[in-house]
Amino acid sequence: MRIGVVTFPGSLDDGDAARAVRIAGGKAIRLWHGDPSLHNVDAVVLPGGFSYGDYLRCGAIARFAPAMESIVDAARGGMPVLGICNGFQILCEAHLLPGALTRNQHLHFRNRDQYLRIESADTAWTNTFSAGQEILIPVKNGEGCYVADERTLDALVAEGRVIARYIRGNPNGSQRDIAAITNEAGNVVGIMPHPEHAVEELTGPSLDGLGFFTSVLRALAGASAGGQQHAGGQ
Amino acid sequence: MARVVVDVMLKPEILDPQGQAVANALPRLGVTDVSSVRIGRRIEIEFAGEPDLERAREIADKLLANPVIEDFDIKVLDDATAEVA
Repeated sequence: MRIGVVTFPGSLDDGDAARAVRIAGGKAIRLWHGDPSLHNVDAVVLPGGFSYGDYLRCGAIARFAPAMESIVDAARGGMPVLGICNGFQILCEAHLLPGALTRNQHLHFRNRDQYLRIESADTAWTNTFSAGQEILIPVKNGEGCYVADERTLDALVAEGRVIARYIRGNPNGSQRDIAAITNEAGNVVGIMPHPEHAVEELTGPSLDGLGFFTSVLRALAGASAGGQQHAGGQ
Repeated sequence: MARVVVDVMLKPEILDPQGQAVANALPRLGVTDVSSVRIGRRIEIEFAGEPDLERAREIADKLLANPVIEDFDIKVLDDATAEVA
């Protein structure tokens, strides 16, 4: 399976994301923000970092990159897309996910290992977890406070689209302790903490992050075997 | 040449931790009668020809502001006003 990893000017974690794809057993395809071609990838990861220097708002300018226009179309057609940290911000700015990520409530950049509870295994990126499972992966952000209006938050909860929550401490003030959400189809996921930094004993606090990458490979294998229209849900 | 000014502010219901930090620092200047500070952003756009408010509105709505968390306000600033300012 070919998993694309996009590099924007200012991306930081594209190398780690590509490595996580390889460790999970996928083929990592590096994509360039200025190239509208997705090079026949089956899924895309938008990595963490500071695309376009975080100018204006995090992710606001990346949204208009030629690669993003192709990714938005493909995501609407069911292609799995995972946005991590800055990638999550880009997905919100591109309106593929609701809400927005704002300055951490305490104004400090937070960098630590963070426990999460997986709330839904019904997405292309979480199907190898089980609901209620606790995982430990790094979090590192200055603008990771998830906000949306109450109606949107209620709908996300009611529809099972909050897929991971912060536990044992909320690092940034996110409403309802939201760490990750998905779209209605379950193919697009945004997550603030960094699963790609928790895939090897040497460098991560656990191997818990690997599950996001093995999940998409499983979703894609299931989709090609079953001929499903999209790879979300299981 | 006329400029279009776009003021972008966080919606009232969105917490502004930067504004709060500034408000909390004011007593150290001896200022004790400020109850709230909110921080926004002012953007000046110059058009090659006549200022186009509709175009400016489109730019503000699509890029300069995020309607999920921010409101914006647009006005034309002519040269006389600009120099006084």
